[in-house]
Amino acid sequence: MRKHLALAVAATAVLAGCGGGESAGSADGKADLRMTIWTSNEEHLALFDEIAAGYTETHPDVTVKFDPIPFESYTTTLTTQIAGGNGPDLAWVLEDSAPDFVGSGALTPLTETLQKTEGYELDDLSDSATALWKNDGDLYAYPFSTSPFGVFVNNDLLKEAGQKSVTGDWTWDEAFATAAKVHEETGEAGIVVRDFDFKGWGNLATVWTGWGARAWSEDGKTCEFNRPPMVAAMTALHQAVFEDEAMPGPGTTADFFAGDAAMTITQISRASLLEEGAFDWDLVPLPSGPSGDYSVVGQAGLGVLKQGANVAAAEEFLAYFTSPENSEKLAQFFPPARTSQLSAETMAKSNPLLSPEQLQAVVVEGIEGGVVKPSHTDSAQIAQTVRSSLDPLWKPGADVQGVLDGVCQQITPLLGS
Amino acid sequence: MTLLTDRPSRTSPPASKSTFWTIARRENAAGWLFIAPQVAGTVLFVLVPLVLVGWYSLHEWNVLAGDFTWTGGDNYRQLAEDQNLPKVLAATGLFSVGLLVLNLSLALLLAVLLNQKLRGTVLFRTLFFSPVVVSMVAWTIVWGFLLQDNGGINGLLDTIGVDGPNWLRGDVTAMIAVIVVQVIKNVGLNMVLFLAALQGVPGDLYEAAKVDGAGAFRRFRSITVPMISPTILLTSILTVVGSLQVFAQIAVLTQGGPGTSTTVLVYYLYQQAFQFHQLGYGATLSLLLFGIVLALTLVQWQMRRKWVFHES
Repeated sequence: MRKHLALAVAATAVLAGCGGGESAGSADGKADLRMTIWTSNEEHLALFDEIAAGYTETHPDVTVKFDPIPFESYTTTLTTQIAGGNGPDLAWVLEDSAPDFVGSGALTPLTETLQKTEGYELDDLSDSATALWKNDGDLYAYPFSTSPFGVFVNNDLLKEAGQKSVTGDWTWDEAFATAAKVHEETGEAGIVVRDFDFKGWGNLATVWTGWGARAWSEDGKTCEFNRPPMVAAMTALHQAVFEDEAMPGPGTTADFFAGDAAMTITQISRASLLEEGAFDWDLVPLPSGPSGDYSVVGQAGLGVLKQGANVAAAEEFLAYFTSPENSEKLAQFFPPARTSQLSAETMAKSNPLLSPEQLQAVVVEGIEGGVVKPSHTDSAQIAQTVRSSLDPLWKPGADVQGVLDGVCQQITPLLGS
Repeated sequence: MTLLTDRPSRTSPPASKSTFWTIARRENAAGWLFIAPQVAGTVLFVLVPLVLVGWYSLHEWNVLAGDFTWTGGDNYRQLAEDQNLPKVLAATGLFSVGLLVLNLSLALLLAVLLNQKLRGTVLFRTLFFSPVVVSMVAWTIVWGFLLQDNGGINGLLDTIGVDGPNWLRGDVTAMIAVIVVQVIKNVGLNMVLFLAALQGVPGDLYEAAKVDGAGAFRRFRSITVPMISPTILLTSILTVVGSLQVFAQIAVLTQGGPGTSTTVLVYYLYQQAFQFHQLGYGATLSLLLFGIVLALTLVQWQMRRKWVFHES
């Protein structure tokens, strides 16, 4: 028995010794960093690898691995990895789950590290871009992408339907009328809110903001789904889908980038999906609604996980990855949060697909006055509850006010919790 | 006699080893060694997780904050007061009953038809069994396209002048669609089990029944069904247990919608634990699922004496 006990103690000591060696290695600067992302676009990954190579050149003891996770299950997979003790060192965070990550203490505060990084110019980050990622004045994630929504237009389909080209100065009434006419004349879909598919309702903020509507109050405690602006916006949407057929109905797929739709509302990063020469296209700002001109931005942050094994090294790499120099490189795919880089001229250098006029109208002006897509703590539960409560709306003859009252009834307890 | 018994004790080694490793003990040890991998697997991958799930159900586990707080029976109180749970259990029951009835009756019908000595039966057997070996997710994704409003099924219906429904957007049609997709996927497995059972029924029983004037239906009811009843029991247990664990089809086709009409217990558990980050409550729901599967299996097992041939 004593012999067994001695063996166990010796084995434990050996194991403990191994563990100690590893942590000593970390203290010496050795670190294998893993960063989860939701893109698997080869051009994006090549750029990330290029930036990481620049870092590892000066930090030979550090390796950086980018770990793509499918967008649809990104947050679920990330939190499952964290629960299993296998969380990454750095992670992209979607705007809808920003309050959960920033407020829970899952991420480390970055302000101090970024401030003391030479040449970082933290003050250059725009206040509107960082607002979502701050808690008590501390920045918890770097807003690596602040991407406005615009409308991509298939000029060929519009021409085929005998419609005028769309200019930046247009209204939702005109947009729906043009879309309905294209559908009537060509059989193709009119206008598609990309990634909505009658489930991802957060993307409808690109429409309802034109009516001055919002999902909940500024403090996040009061449901505003059943307020008059939202009822008017949803009524217009319902009519566009089920009466005018300006938008494809539930269960109908239409991919703008495959030529199946006249228009689509999405972010500029999707321009990479446009095949050269497939059709003549344009990018214009969102139509103005009854409450005037507006823009909507989607955001994504990059944070360092507190539970990671190499927090200090991860913070240092984040500072390098998002430095002014690298931010300019990243701007070709992800509109920057740095005000000094937010000009059509700067962005045009790395955005060959978009003209300076398109960049100015949609991106620069969009970011300046943009409303961020809805976010809240317990975002997944709220998103699911809204989705299932909104389902009765997506059929002909639905009682819009009644359905929206039902949404508020369902989510009010969650908003207050 | 005394000499015979005394002699070996004088000549054999005195150590206790030989008396310890008796044939019975050696056989016993060999038996344990044979089942050791299975026992180790069961302990490691079934019993330990089960105990851990029980432990987690007594805690609130905030993954993001890294908190793991003892809450005692709070999760069980939440379970009792959960207003969504009756709807979830109703959807689960509807799915299981629909699947059980449709799967077993279709599998039996196919088995009886393909048990005839006709040309081409091997081809049809292969055809009906092939979906069983297809990846569940790939199968479901393809069906997702077919069931869309402008998908293949409605296109087919359109050619015969029928205006098909928007399958995955209606409360009733979505549930029907999910059940049918699952039935077509797995009916081949039950069909093969029924075929094997049918081929084990002695032919002279049918001949005797024919002589006695029994018609085809009477022969099926009084000979076939009792003789294959052990297989009916097996397939019904497998189908019910499988139906309670359905996940991929729901996740891919409907995500529990429209509304909550196809939110079955496993999908609800997944939402709570992995999407809403309520791992403690998710663990409580998984224990509820475990209890339901166990209870239904025990009920079926007990009922076998009443209707399964050879078991009364």
